[in-house]
Amino acid sequence: MGALLTVFRKEFRENLRDRRTLWSALLFGPLFGPLVFGFMVSRILEQNADAVDRPVAATVAGAGDAPHLMQFLAEHGVRVEARALDLEAARALVQRGGAPLVLIVPPEFPARLRAGLPAPLQLVTDGTDSKAHRSVERLRGLLAAYSGAIGQARLQIRGVDPLLAVPIAVDEVDVATPADRAALVLGMMTYLVLFAMLIGGMYLAIDSTAGERERGSLEALLALPVDRLALVGGKLLATCAYMALSLAISLAAFVAVFHFVPFGRFGMSANLTPRTAVVLVGVCLPFVPLGAALMTFVASFARSYREAQTYLGVVLLVPTLPIAFASIYALKARRALMLVPSLSQHLLMTRVLKEQSLAAPDLLISAGAALAWAALLVAATVRLWRRETLLG
Amino acid sequence: MIEASGLCKRFGAVEAVRDVSFAARDGQITGLLGPNGAGKSTTLRMLYGVLGPDAGRACVDGIDIRGEVSAARARLGVLPHAAGLYQNLTARENVAYFGALHGMARAPLGRRIEALADSLGLGEIIDRRVKGFSQGERIKVALARALVHDPGNLILDEPTNGLDVMAIRSLRSLLVALRDEGRCILFSSHVMQEVAALCDRVVIIGEGRVLADAPPEALRARSGAASLEEAFLAVLESRGAGA
Repeated sequence: MGALLTVFRKEFRENLRDRRTLWSALLFGPLFGPLVFGFMVSRILEQNADAVDRPVAATVAGAGDAPHLMQFLAEHGVRVEARALDLEAARALVQRGGAPLVLIVPPEFPARLRAGLPAPLQLVTDGTDSKAHRSVERLRGLLAAYSGAIGQARLQIRGVDPLLAVPIAVDEVDVATPADRAALVLGMMTYLVLFAMLIGGMYLAIDSTAGERERGSLEALLALPVDRLALVGGKLLATCAYMALSLAISLAAFVAVFHFVPFGRFGMSANLTPRTAVVLVGVCLPFVPLGAALMTFVASFARSYREAQTYLGVVLLVPTLPIAFASIYALKARRALMLVPSLSQHLLMTRVLKEQSLAAPDLLISAGAALAWAALLVAATVRLWRRETLLG
Repeated sequence: MIEASGLCKRFGAVEAVRDVSFAARDGQITGLLGPNGAGKSTTLRMLYGVLGPDAGRACVDGIDIRGEVSAARARLGVLPHAAGLYQNLTARENVAYFGALHGMARAPLGRRIEALADSLGLGEIIDRRVKGFSQGERIKVALARALVHDPGNLILDEPTNGLDVMAIRSLRSLLVALRDEGRCILFSSHVMQEVAALCDRVVIIGEGRVLADAPPEALRARSGAASLEEAFLAVLESRGAGA
C-alpha cells in the first residue's frame, strides 16, 4: 500500500507540473464541451422559437369586407392589424419595411364570394425580405386552407362528396419532434461530460505507461522490489484523480451554461443546479475507474507517446457508441441497459436532467457493472505489466 | 556478489543467451564485454530479474533473484541501458521516488540523498528539474537513483553510452570509489579501452556464450597480444573459427 501511494503521489505531482497537459486536461477538455453545447443549443432554440412560437402579424386593408376570413386567421394565431390602405400605399409600406406583408381585401370580395365566383385577394410582399418569408408562407398556407374549406363546403351543399376534390392526400411526417431533439441534445451533453472525464486522465494514462517506456524509465522501475499491482494501482489512482477533477469542472461549467440556456422550450426541465450536478457526479463516478483502466490498458501496448495517442483517440469514441445507439433507437431506460457502461450513465443522467426519480437498483446495477468492467481491465493491465514483453 | 549459473534465454527462434556462467565478486569491477547483439543486455536483464531465464539461475549475494525477489533486489542497484529520468521532477525527487519505492523512511532517505549528492557532485543541480540536464548530469542522477538504498551490488548496462570524455572520466572515478567501498560492480560495454582502464576482471561474451573470463592482464598474456583490444579480437576469432 505504501508503494501504491508513493507511485500515486509521484504521478499526480508530475502531471501537475506539465502545464501543457494540465491546460488540456483541466481546462480545454472540461470547458470545450459546455461552451460548444451552450452555443449549439441556443442556436437550435432560437430557430425553433422563430418557427413555431412567434405569432404572424398581418396588416389587412378592407378587413371589414371579410369578417369571416379575419376570424379564421385570428383563430390560427395571426395577429390582424386592420388599416385603410390602397395598393400604392401598401406597396410603399412593405417596401420600406413597415410591415412584413399586407393583405388587401378588394370591395368586390364579399359579393363575388357570395356568388360562388373566384373572390380576389391581394397579398403584397417583398420576396427579398428573408425575415418576412415565414410569415408570408404561413399566411399563404392559411389562405389556401380557408379557400379549400369553402370549396369543400360548396360541394357538400350540392350533394357532391368533397373527397372527390382531394385526389391526393400527402401526409408529411416531421421526425424532428421536440422530444427527439431533446434526446439528441442530452446524448450530446452526457457524451461531452464523459469525454471531458476521459480527456482529464488521458495524458496521465499515456505518460505513466507508453511515456515511461519512451523516455526509458520503465526498466529501472520494473527492477525495483515493488509488486506490479502497486505500480499499476498507483498510476490508475492518479489517472482517476485527474478524471474526477475534470468531471467536476465540466459539470460546474454545464451548470453555468444551463443557467443561460432556456431549456423549457425543449419540454425539458432546465434544472441543472449545483445540487443536481452533485448527483450527476455520483452517477458518473463509477465510470472513472473504468475509463482509467481502459486507457491505461490500451496505452500499455504502445511503444511511444504518439502511438498511444493514436490508440486513445479511438478509445475516446468508444463511449459514444452505446449513446448514439440509444439515441437512434430511442431506447428507454430499461433495467437491462444499466449493465452497459456509458449508456447507463447516459440514461441515468438524462433522468436526472428531466427531474425524473432514480431507482436505487438502477443506480446500483449501473455502478456495479462499470466497476466490474473496471476490475476486469485492472486485472488485465496488471497481467500485462507482469509479462516480460512489457519491456519491449 | 553477483552470480550467473547456466543462464539460457530464447526469444522465439533466436537463442539470445546460451549457457552463460560467471561470477562478479565484491570489491571488484567486472566488465561484461562483447560486440553488439552478443547477449550482454539480455544477460544483465536476467541478473537484475526483469527477464526470467529459460534455464539456469541468477543470484545476488547468494539469493535467487526470481525466488526471493524483494530480498535480492534490495541488495542490488540497477542502471539499465535506457536510464531515463522523470523530466518534470527535480533530481532530488527522482532519487527520492526510487528510495521511497525501496521502502526507505523519509528522514534516512533525505540524509542518504544529501550524501549521494555530495559524493556524486550533484550539489548545485539536485533541486533543479531534470529537463535540460546534460547527458553526464543525467547519468549521475540515474546512478544516485540506483544507489539510493545503498546496495552492495551494482549493475550498469553500457553506462558510458553517449557521454563525453569528461563525463566518462568522472563516471570511471565514481565506479572506482564505489569498488573501493567494497561493492560488487558489474557493467557491460562494447568499448575496449573502457574495460581495460577500469576492470579487475573481464568476461567476454559472444553469440550468447562466455568466451573468456579472466583479469585483463591474463587475457593479454594468454593471446600474446600487446593490447586488450587485440586480445579481444583474438578471442572472438579463435572461437569463431572453432564453431
